[in-house]
Amino acid sequence: MSDHQLEISNISFKTDNQSILESISFSVEKGERVTITGPSGGGKSTLLKIIGNIINPTDGKVLFHGKNIQETNPLKYRQKVSYFFQNASLFDQTVRDNLSFPYDIRDEEFDEEKAKDMLERVSLSRSCLDKPINELSGGEKQRVALIRNMMYLPEVLLLDEVTSSLDAENKEIIHGILDTLNKENGLTTLSVTHDENEISQADRVITIIDGRLEDSK
Amino acid sequence: MNANLEINNFSLFLSTGLLIIAILIAYKEKLELGYDIFIAGIRAVIQLFIIGYVLSYVIQLDNVLVTLAMVLFIVFNAGFNAHQRSDGIPHSLTISLFSISIGTAVTLVILVVSGAIEWLPSQIVPITGMIASNAMVAIGLTFQSLNSKFADQRQQVLEKLSLGANEKQASMSIIRASVKTGMSPSIDSTKTVGLVSLPGMMSGLIFAGVEPTEAIRYQIVVMFMIIAVTSIASFSASYLAYRQFYNEQKQLTL
Ligand SMILES: Nc1ncnc2c1ncn2[C@@H]1O[C@H](COP(=O)(O)OP(=O)(O)O)[C@@H](O)[C@H]1O
Ligand SMILES: [Mg+2]
Repeated sequence: MSDHQLEISNISFKTDNQSILESISFSVEKGERVTITGPSGGGKSTLLKIIGNIINPTDGKVLFHGKNIQETNPLKYRQKVSYFFQNASLFDQTVRDNLSFPYDIRDEEFDEEKAKDMLERVSLSRSCLDKPINELSGGEKQRVALIRNMMYLPEVLLLDEVTSSLDAENKEIIHGILDTLNKENGLTTLSVTHDENEISQADRVITIIDGRLEDSK
Repeated sequence: MNANLEINNFSLFLSTGLLIIAILIAYKEKLELGYDIFIAGIRAVIQLFIIGYVLSYVIQLDNVLVTLAMVLFIVFNAGFNAHQRSDGIPHSLTISLFSISIGTAVTLVILVVSGAIEWLPSQIVPITGMIASNAMVAIGLTFQSLNSKFADQRQQVLEKLSLGANEKQASMSIIRASVKTGMSPSIDSTKTVGLVSLPGMMSGLIFAGVEPTEAIRYQIVVMFMIIAVTSIASFSASYLAYRQFYNEQKQLTL
C-alpha cells in the first residue's frame, strides 16, 4: 500500500437508530486542497470530526502516512491534523490566552513576535494581542481562532464551514492566508463549504449526500 | 458539668409534637410532604437509637480494632453517599472512597499526633463523623461542578483537544473551578463562625457544661480540620474524576 498523507478507509458512523456515514473512502495527498460539499445534515461535519480524531468512527479507519490513527498517539496526531470547528469559539479572557495555548501545551515559551506577525497576516493590529475576546467582532474572533490553529503549522487543516457566516471582506482575508500557506508551506486543506468560489478553487471536490460519497468531478 | 442532662421517655414522646406541627402545616398547604416527614421522623429515631447503643458499646469496649472498624464504617458510608451524587461519573465510588479515606487519614493523624485529640473512641468516632461528612459534601459538590462545567464548557474543551492538548490541559480550568466549589462552603462557614450560629461541636460542649472559653479551642481545631479535609477531598476527587470524561483515545465522551 502506498503512503498517502491521509487515507480514509470505509468509514461508517452509526448511532442507535440512524446511519450517519456509510462506508466512505478516499485519500488525500500532501498539499492538496480538497473541498467537501453537500446538503446540510448529510454528515460532513461528522466525517471531518472523525478525520480530526475528535470522535471515533463506528467502523473503518483513518490512516495518516499509512498508520492507523487509532493506534498512534492522538495528541501528536491532532497537532499535525488540526480540526477547525464550524462555530469556533475563543476560550479564557484575552487573545493572548488563545494564541499562547498551543505553546503552553507543548511546554514551550510563547513567541510573542510570531503571534503579532500572524495577527497582521489576518489584518488585525499587533496591539490586538491583549484585547479581551469579548471586544472582538464575529469575523475577528474567527480569524483569531484560525491563527490559533496555525501557531504551529499543522500538516493538514480540517476546516468546517469556516467562512460561511462571514462577510466578503473577512472571507477574502481568510482565503488569502490559506492560499499562502498552501503554496509556500504545502499545507493540505480539507474544507467543508457551500461557497461556489471556494469550490471552484479546489483541486478536488467531494460531495456527500445522506452519508454517502457521490461521484466527484 | 452536671446540669440535668437526661431526657426521659415521656419528654422524648412529647417532642414528637414538634413533628406533628410540621405534618399539619404540610397537610394544610397541600405540600404532600406529610408522609416524608413521618418517614424521616421514624428513620431518625431508629437510626439514632441504633447508633447510640453501638457508640456506647464501642466507647465502653475501647478496643483499637473496633474503633478502627467504626472509622471505616463511617468512611464507607460517606463515600457511598458522595458516589450517589456523581450522576453517573464512572468509578465514582472508588474515587469517593479514596478521596474521603485520604482526607480523613491525613486529618486524623495530624490531630492525634499534635495531641489535639486522643485515640479514644469517644473522641475519634465523633471527629471522624464530622470529617467524613464534610468530605462527603465537598466531593458531592465537586462531582456536580465537574458535570455542569463539562457540559457548559464542552465546546472550549473540544477546541483545546483539537489543538492537541491532553486531557489535563483541556480540563484545567474546569478542575480548578471544581476544587474551588468543593472547598468554598467550609471556608465561608469558617469566616462567619460564631457570628451567625454556634457550631455543633462547641454547642455540645457548652451544653455539657464546659466553659465556653475552653469549648472554642475545640471549635477552632474543628474548623481548621474541616478546611483541611474538604480541600484534600475536593482536590483528590477532581483530579481523579476529570479523566472519566475522556475515553482511551483522549476524546471527550460527553
Ligand atoms: N453524535 C450524534 N448522535 C446522533 N446524531 C448525530 C450525532 N452527530 C451528528 N448527528 C446527526 O447526523 C446528521 C449529520 O450531521 P452533520 O455531520 O453535522 O452534517 P452536516 O455537517 O453535513 O450538516 C445530522 O442529522 C445530525 O443530527
Ligand atoms: Mg456541518
